[in-house]
Amino acid sequence: MNSLLQGVMQATAYALFALTLGYFASMPSYRYADANLATVKLSLTHTTERVKPCIKLTPEQIAALAANMRHTESCERERLPLTVELDVDGQTIVRSTARPSGLWNDGPASVYERFDVPAGKHTIAVRMRDSARPDGWDFEGSVATDLRPGHYFTVTFKPATGEFLFR
Amino acid sequence: MLRILFGRAEALFDRAFGQQNNPFSWLGALGWYFFWIVAGTGVYLYIFFDTGITDAYASVEYITHDQWYLAGITRSLHRYASDALIVVVVLHVLREYSLDRLRGNHFFAWITGVPSLFLVYICGIGGYWLVWDRLAQYVAVATTEWLDTLPLFGVPIANNFLNSTTLGSRFFTLMVFIHIFAPLFMLFLMWVHIQRHAQAKVNPPRPLAIGTGVTLLLLSLLHPALSQGPANLDTVPTSLGLDWYYLAVYPLLDVIPGGWLWLVVFGGLLVLGLMPWLPPARQAPAAVVSLDNCNGCGRCFEDCPFSAISMEPRSDGKGYDAEAAVNVDNCMSCGLCVGACPTATPFRRTTEIVAGIELPDKPIRKLREDTLAAAASFGDGQRILVYACEHCGANGVAGDNSRIISTPCVAMVPPSFVDFALSRDLADGVFLAGCADGDCFYRLGDRWMTERLAGRRDPYLRQRVDRSRVCFAQHRANQSRRWQASIDGFAASLRSQAGDASAGESAGE
Repeated sequence: MNSLLQGVMQATAYALFALTLGYFASMPSYRYADANLATVKLSLTHTTERVKPCIKLTPEQIAALAANMRHTESCERERLPLTVELDVDGQTIVRSTARPSGLWNDGPASVYERFDVPAGKHTIAVRMRDSARPDGWDFEGSVATDLRPGHYFTVTFKPATGEFLFR
Repeated sequence: MLRILFGRAEALFDRAFGQQNNPFSWLGALGWYFFWIVAGTGVYLYIFFDTGITDAYASVEYITHDQWYLAGITRSLHRYASDALIVVVVLHVLREYSLDRLRGNHFFAWITGVPSLFLVYICGIGGYWLVWDRLAQYVAVATTEWLDTLPLFGVPIANNFLNSTTLGSRFFTLMVFIHIFAPLFMLFLMWVHIQRHAQAKVNPPRPLAIGTGVTLLLLSLLHPALSQGPANLDTVPTSLGLDWYYLAVYPLLDVIPGGWLWLVVFGGLLVLGLMPWLPPARQAPAAVVSLDNCNGCGRCFEDCPFSAISMEPRSDGKGYDAEAAVNVDNCMSCGLCVGACPTATPFRRTTEIVAGIELPDKPIRKLREDTLAAAASFGDGQRILVYACEHCGANGVAGDNSRIISTPCVAMVPPSFVDFALSRDLADGVFLAGCADGDCFYRLGDRWMTERLAGRRDPYLRQRVDRSRVCFAQHRANQSRRWQASIDGFAASLRSQAGDASAGESAGE
């Protein structure tokens, strides 16, 4: 074959290769979120109460334990599930029950949710139950906020103080 | 369907690059080449990259803009070579599938390639994370949220990227380590991947290496890789320039729950890994060694393309140093060892011809019988004996003046058979049909046959053989017209020689 034609064909092949590489390396652009919306992230990690309360050991029971294993209470490991609800302007957006982590259900339970809301003024309320109570909530918090377009608003929980943090 | 598409593309690229440099014949080697470009450029970038999360973006900006002439181009090369790696790896997988080079004893390269494919993505996605721009922010949040759909972590790892106050350098440093060690592990897997390939093709031919290298360099200069603004975990990235080669799976998270997407990804990888057995191939019996005829010369060991033969200490007390031993798990029954064996000759004067190494399904005795039967079936006129590889596509091309004898690979035919056919006047010419140059179905058959015919590799075609009566042609399986043209051309050449010879004889008289 004519070497000139072969050269042209090779140059075309390399050019197409470069075009394909260059184009799909960043295009077409992907629209991840609507610019007029704000995004709320709810992330709660909390260690719930135990399924059965701890039993206080008598001095005799403590003495019967090995010296390096002595403690004042006997506790079963399993913990209760964590129930969470989040309202935006009175409408419940998140209703979730999370199992405690760990093979023995003895670790902290976590809830992670992300959702979009129209930008503007909103009242966000969050409730959490970590005990065996049949109704009602152990922790509650709410905030009135003005969400700007394209912003993340996070709702977290600080176990040390028992407060919800809105940011 | 896939084979037809590849066949057409290969034929087109043959015209542009020639068979020897056709990129489709070198996809695996190009993968290695792009890997080394990515690794080399990565080492240079790491010199200037700051692994702290607060300084990472600034260091990448320095790389891109302040030192654009070297580090900036290197960054672009790093990205485009990574993208090119994905392209050639995906094409490599599809092409090997279309050629059915995954079942039977081919399975090893296939199943070791599957985790390598997964690791390519781990490396690439991790790389996008490190730039810590808006795209990195999106990748980090989407990846951690996706990982959190697996029951692996007690506390969601997406919490690390909740907002700018939760961002810590430790997790980021972990990503840097993953981005360094995942490619090292991938390199190890790539090495395992080619373990059953003797003389594995890990370097593309120089023209192809230069061509693709220059292409990547020009692309880096004309369309440099840029960051997409610093990450800010308090704001939502809205529009992003995704690298679709690596990140195409992420937009699917908008429509498919993360858990289901994991099922698709791992289910897909599992199916890919199991494909060699869906259904299993009927593997032809492996080559067997006949110790009575093996002198331990080691030619079969040197020529086996799949490292299926080893030379072991002699076990039968004969006065040779070694004997050939076949690893049946590696043997592809290609017959290249038979073609290399000095005892695989039709001239031997024994009651039953047995070579030192044989394919049980196609013993050398049978090849001799087929040759004699084909010769006996010729009518008046020209006689062309065609030894054709089963995979090259020449088997369906026939003429009144030619007889085809099919073998697993053309290099299974020892050169002595060519000598035999011509010296015993069994044919006017011998036509050897093999796969395209550099693209032998059994990897090295075309190369060994070329070297044997040229007298550069044992066993040689004897000097006494008139080369003008031998033709070794190489085309692709879908090029039946080329095969026909080659055979017709050879026939015309033989006729012309015969005419010249008879004219010469007449002149002499």
